[in-house]
Amino acid sequence: MSATIIRNGRIIDPANKRDEVGDLLIVDGKIADRSQLSTLNSQPDEIDARNLVVCPGLIDLHVHLREPGFGHKETIASGARAAAAGGFTTVVCMPNTSPAADNPATIAWIRDRAATTACVNVLPTGTISKNIAGEELAPIGSLGRAGVVAITDDGHCVQNHELMRRAVEYARMVGLPVLDHCQDYNLVGNGVVNEGYWSTLLGLPGWPAAGEEAIVMRNILLAELCDHPIHCQHISAAGSVGLIREARTRGIKITGEVCPHHIALTDEAIQNFDTNCKMNPPLRSKADIDVILEGIADGTLSILCSDHAPHAGFEKEVEFDQAPFGIVGLETELGLFIDLLVHKHRKIDIKRLIEMYTIEPARLLQLGAGTLSVGAPADMTFIDPDLEWTVRVDQFESLSRNSPFDGWKLKGRAVRTIVGGKTVWKL
Amino acid sequence: MNWNRKDLLGLRELSIEEMNFILETAGAFKQVGTREIKKVPALRGKTLINFFVEPSTRTRTSFELAAFRLSADVINISASTSSLTKGETLKDTARNLEALHADILVLRHGSAGAPQFLAQRLKSSVINAGDGAHEHPTQGLLDIYTIREKRGKIEGLNVVIVGDILFSRVARSNIFGLTKLGAKVTLVGPSTLVPREFEKLGVTVSHKIDEVLPQADVVNLLRIQHERQRKEYFPGIGEYTTLFGLTKERARLLKPECLIMHPGPINRGVEIDSEVADGLQSVILDQVTNGLAVRMAVLYLCGGISS
Repeated sequence: MSATIIRNGRIIDPANKRDEVGDLLIVDGKIADRSQLSTLNSQPDEIDARNLVVCPGLIDLHVHLREPGFGHKETIASGARAAAAGGFTTVVCMPNTSPAADNPATIAWIRDRAATTACVNVLPTGTISKNIAGEELAPIGSLGRAGVVAITDDGHCVQNHELMRRAVEYARMVGLPVLDHCQDYNLVGNGVVNEGYWSTLLGLPGWPAAGEEAIVMRNILLAELCDHPIHCQHISAAGSVGLIREARTRGIKITGEVCPHHIALTDEAIQNFDTNCKMNPPLRSKADIDVILEGIADGTLSILCSDHAPHAGFEKEVEFDQAPFGIVGLETELGLFIDLLVHKHRKIDIKRLIEMYTIEPARLLQLGAGTLSVGAPADMTFIDPDLEWTVRVDQFESLSRNSPFDGWKLKGRAVRTIVGGKTVWKL
Repeated sequence: MNWNRKDLLGLRELSIEEMNFILETAGAFKQVGTREIKKVPALRGKTLINFFVEPSTRTRTSFELAAFRLSADVINISASTSSLTKGETLKDTARNLEALHADILVLRHGSAGAPQFLAQRLKSSVINAGDGAHEHPTQGLLDIYTIREKRGKIEGLNVVIVGDILFSRVARSNIFGLTKLGAKVTLVGPSTLVPREFEKLGVTVSHKIDEVLPQADVVNLLRIQHERQRKEYFPGIGEYTTLFGLTKERARLLKPECLIMHPGPINRGVEIDSEVADGLQSVILDQVTNGLAVRMAVLYLCGGISS
């Protein structure tokens, strides 16, 4: 029997509506009742959590771990280390690997790899369509049996509304939520940056907000028609927030997530053709950011995540329109969100921020994670919300360095990450 | 003034003084073209590489000739003859060229920002000969040079640019240069190719050419770039000519002293009637001649910095 007691932390456990300074007991990798302390046959290890927030291990439901197929960008092992360093005990990995995670064998491979090499919990998703081609349904039932927690064609978007409708209906039968990357291919065309002043000035092909909003609307209609949850990934446009807000007031099972770059930067950041500011959907305007912040404040947008998208340096060091989309995010997202949402814009408090990283994604994906209830796995994150630090990409655990935030000074970060009772990372 | 840029990437980043300095230098080099021996030793011993990833005849020839007249050694590389077709990145290709002691790299590329990308990574001078829909600074400068030569000034002139503005690097360089020098710029074309967003760049947008032409001091017609466009942008060439072509009839709306310009290549009968292109108000061939002088000036100034 191994036991650890965490002393004097500010325990924030939204699942149990708990916010108090106290101690937490871990016995054999699980949260234990403090009354067990007297029955222990040896002195427990002690961790002092004074002045720190102790919360359920954070969940990032949108990361790309790149294996199988792109181990030069990231591996499941390195991505998991990056997650731990960012304060995450559970990550949900996207299926746009090579081969795509559109079959049970690939899911089994990912789970095996995660079990043997990852220091955090890695939960796979499966594709909606075969080979993410948007033409035929993937074997969603078999993917469910193989252990995926959701289906998504992330990075791509099923354009055929009929196919999407059937996917949602089928996922309902299987009991899997649908995550969608919202992009209308006709409206977006070859767009690489937000359509607006900067795309006009720089002559870069524009990616209009309507290209996201049209699919968000489609998803609202299908969530209603099929009475099944659809989660809109990486919301970037003001119009999407209004659509989701209205639909949620009508009880439709639609949710939306936010990535830090979409509130930290505007499209002005692309003016020097920095490919680390190229992501999909693109950075948008100050007006979009303001509406997204309001959407976070009023609960319309309920989940925070990174869309961690590692790419090797040589892949990003090319002409802007030819560079791959995406940035790494696991090791900066918590700091950025605490800094921007809690300190700078004061839109939410640390408690709500923790909810958006724990019970909100856990509810959507029907996970047991995200709680400090007695008997739950002892996955937890220690956060110092006031710690000032500087982002250094050369210190990332991730194999990739494609971040526009190098050198940013942030307030707030994780200082220790515990998975199954074991400290897997510590500042 | 002292010139201290090794690169010419666009007109947006240039000050008024810098633009004027290039234009004055171009004036001096224009004289060279009228001499019996049209060559000066300014860049003797320097190596210039014309690196044209996107096809071009007119601009490449102009740069080549400009370099010859400055006594530089010149090589031309096109996309099809470069290792880009073998999967080499732009950065690696350019670094290989630099390893051969290229002093000046003249780059034409389909991607906006490609010259910036190389300029940040190379010690050689990088001259933008057109990057995607972004900028074509030497074209902008030669247009400005031609207007000033014919009209004696830029400030206060009404310059109308007609055509496919959205995809045009020529339009952007003209907008940045002309507005900085005090011209009033009006963009004319179909709403799909001249979106209102351009007004934020300090210009006027119009979709009615007949209302704009009578006030114009300069009309610069851009080619409709069929090869770049998806069919959604406008219904067809015939309709374009009907709505926006500078036909003989429309040309009568122009003031007699109004200049007619075109960066070429011309599509006769599409954006401009043949007679108008060859008419007395046309300065299209002056633009070509001035382009040589402007490019000599740019190579001379930037090439002098890279050493």
